[in-house]
Amino acid sequence: KPHTDSVKPNHGSPQAKGDKTNGSDFGYVGIDAILEQMRRKAMKQGFEFNIMVVGQSGLGKSTLMNTLFKSKVSRKSVQPNPEERIPKTIEIKSISHDIEEKGVRMKLTVIDTPGFGDQINNENCWQPIMKFINDQYEAYLQEEINIDRKKRIPDSRVHCCIYFIPPTGHCLRPLDVEFMRRLSKVVNIVPVIAKADTLTLEERDYFKQTIREELRANGIDVYPQKEFDEDAEDRMINDKIREMIPFAVVGSDQEYQVNGKRILGRKTKWGTIEVENIAHCEFAYLRDLLIRTHMQNIKDITGSIHYETYRVRRLNESNGHFTPHPSDHPAELKTNGQHEEQPNALQANGVAAQHEALSHEM
Amino acid sequence: AAEMRIAKMEGEGARAVPLAGHVGFDSMPDQLVNKSVNHGFCFNILCVGETGLGKSTLMDTLFNTKFEGEPTQHNQPGVTLKSNTYELQESNVRLKLTVVNTVGFGDQINKEDSYKSIVEFIDAQFEAYLQEELKIKRTLHSYHDTRIHACLYFIAPTGHSLKSLDLVTMKKLDSKVNIIPIIAKSDAISKSELAKFKIKITSELVSNGVQIYQFPTDDESVAEINSTMNSHLPFAVVGSTEEVKIGNKMVKARQYPWGTVQVENENHCDFVKLREMLIRVNMEDLREQTHTRHYELYRRCKLEEMGFKDTDPDSKPFSLQETYEAKRNEFMGELQKKEEEMRQMFVQRVKEKEAELKEAEKELHEKFDRLKKLHQDEKKKLEEKKKSLDDELNTFKQKKTAAELLQNQAQQAGGSTTLKRDKERKK
Repeated sequence: KPHTDSVKPNHGSPQAKGDKTNGSDFGYVGIDAILEQMRRKAMKQGFEFNIMVVGQSGLGKSTLMNTLFKSKVSRKSVQPNPEERIPKTIEIKSISHDIEEKGVRMKLTVIDTPGFGDQINNENCWQPIMKFINDQYEAYLQEEINIDRKKRIPDSRVHCCIYFIPPTGHCLRPLDVEFMRRLSKVVNIVPVIAKADTLTLEERDYFKQTIREELRANGIDVYPQKEFDEDAEDRMINDKIREMIPFAVVGSDQEYQVNGKRILGRKTKWGTIEVENIAHCEFAYLRDLLIRTHMQNIKDITGSIHYETYRVRRLNESNGHFTPHPSDHPAELKTNGQHEEQPNALQANGVAAQHEALSHEM
Repeated sequence: AAEMRIAKMEGEGARAVPLAGHVGFDSMPDQLVNKSVNHGFCFNILCVGETGLGKSTLMDTLFNTKFEGEPTQHNQPGVTLKSNTYELQESNVRLKLTVVNTVGFGDQINKEDSYKSIVEFIDAQFEAYLQEELKIKRTLHSYHDTRIHACLYFIAPTGHSLKSLDLVTMKKLDSKVNIIPIIAKSDAISKSELAKFKIKITSELVSNGVQIYQFPTDDESVAEINSTMNSHLPFAVVGSTEEVKIGNKMVKARQYPWGTVQVENENHCDFVKLREMLIRVNMEDLREQTHTRHYELYRRCKLEEMGFKDTDPDSKPFSLQETYEAKRNEFMGELQKKEEEMRQMFVQRVKEKEAELKEAEKELHEKFDRLKKLHQDEKKKLEEKKKSLDDELNTFKQKKTAAELLQNQAQQAGGSTTLKRDKERKK
């Protein structure tokens, strides 16, 4: 019975809908079914997202992560430490979770950086972080240049780095400027004003303005970077965001009853701060930016800009030893001005050795 | 309340955590789709088949448009591939469709090499992508992907079996491209013959180890329809852009005196099945298979051929960059050698020219010397002659003086008459 298997299209109706085709107008082809096919593939594969949090102890980093993802995803929640000791050096701790929402699966990796900014002398405290970020690019590159490579290269690259600014209300500290200046060249930085419930709205606005000016004055491009706006529509949306950053956030994983609803908040004697209320703080804007609207874009910028920049630099290096440049200016790293003609030093760890030189360079 | 579980090891493996509320990353498929819509899609189809099997017409029918103006010229000696790119749009989806046709396939007397230009073409597209991927400064994001995603192999409706050209060609292509075999102009075959024909074709493909594209059955939403369709391969198609009124509708059909074959009637042919599979259900999978399977195989072979390895003889990981360097140095060495050669040649030429010029100079000098000598000789001769002339003159003068003296003496002795005569003479 050859004709019992009738074709049942599993999408919209196949009516004559052929608009804007090249040539005569005959009927519906079904090209737009590819959107559904892509969606199916994406659902099957799932997504990966790697987010790093940087800031001094006590700024509410873990709480904010838990609030963002409505789940105990931070390192502290996973590994509760009886005595919260501040490490003597910066550590990089990464923890992954499988989360799922409406059939969409995501592998979320939260990278914590305890010890950052907590020492008396914080010189070069960005180095381990920079190294970690570059190590992820390196791992991806190594996999990518393999002859026999995986179907899907595991992506451990840091997509987004949330930088926590303490709510002093005045201006950025030298540490903040140094860190963001260096890191904004290799990763998407999203600065936030932590524990913003200690600032009044006026103080908050003043602080934000100062921060924006300082970022501009120091040539620091935070996400969303102006130069990567794709079109006018993009620019319009992103301009609005750029006028609001840094977001003044408050985090909480405690629920309270307010006006008959259970909402996340912080209860004080003078009132309850509702985390998701945009009149109280800008958490919702941050969440929308990071998760609901720009997550894919954040990943794209990481992959097609930051990673490619790293790759170009790596492939341009000569095989010899990479001599550190006397000045510590990160901008000079991008050029291949340090190209040295050295005899072919084929080491077993040729790659690793050069890489160490790279991170020392910073 | 969520349970707190200590992760087994730092950063290794992921633990499943429940969410206490709506986070919002369920919008990710939408975000991804939106990005793709903004970017546009591309799809490349290769049609392989003998002349006259209706390849162009089928493409027109599939995509509801008249692609080419004039029919293809069939006057080239070998098999050539003609590629055309079109921009199609349906609702908000923009598709860059490339249709590649084999011109002259099967026309030759000796068809041994017919498949070669097809394989070369497919490889060339892989090569172009590989080159882009290997570039230092690359723009993969905006690269126009020309790799062939689907190869429709047109089988002539003989009703018997596959031609050996078909088997040979498909065998050469099956590891490079997704092959979807179709029986062209299938309205030439009766229903019963068609069933037998399909069985024969399928068994020949299997017995010759030809791997045709299988519609994927791993995703449960399309597994059923795909596995059903797999059993209908090869699709028996009919193409037509002519419209005929059947009942009160205009349908695409081919009109014969004995009846009308309706293209979109599933009782008449498998056109709808082909369209469904190729475009509406599996276009994305065809693209993915091309990239993750066929392209990767090409890349692996090509890189190995070029001498790259993942690990060196001592099993230490080779850096691709090191091999890059080695190759680059080799190339620079070659370049230097060539430069040196050229320089040598130049120096040589200069020397030769110099020698030539020196020769010429020498000759000139000699000539000059000779002339000078000649001149001297002449001069000498002339002087001698002059001298002898002078001598003669002197002698004559002497003689004259002597003669005059004698005359004077003679006169004095002669007397006055001679005086008179002298006086007269003197007057």
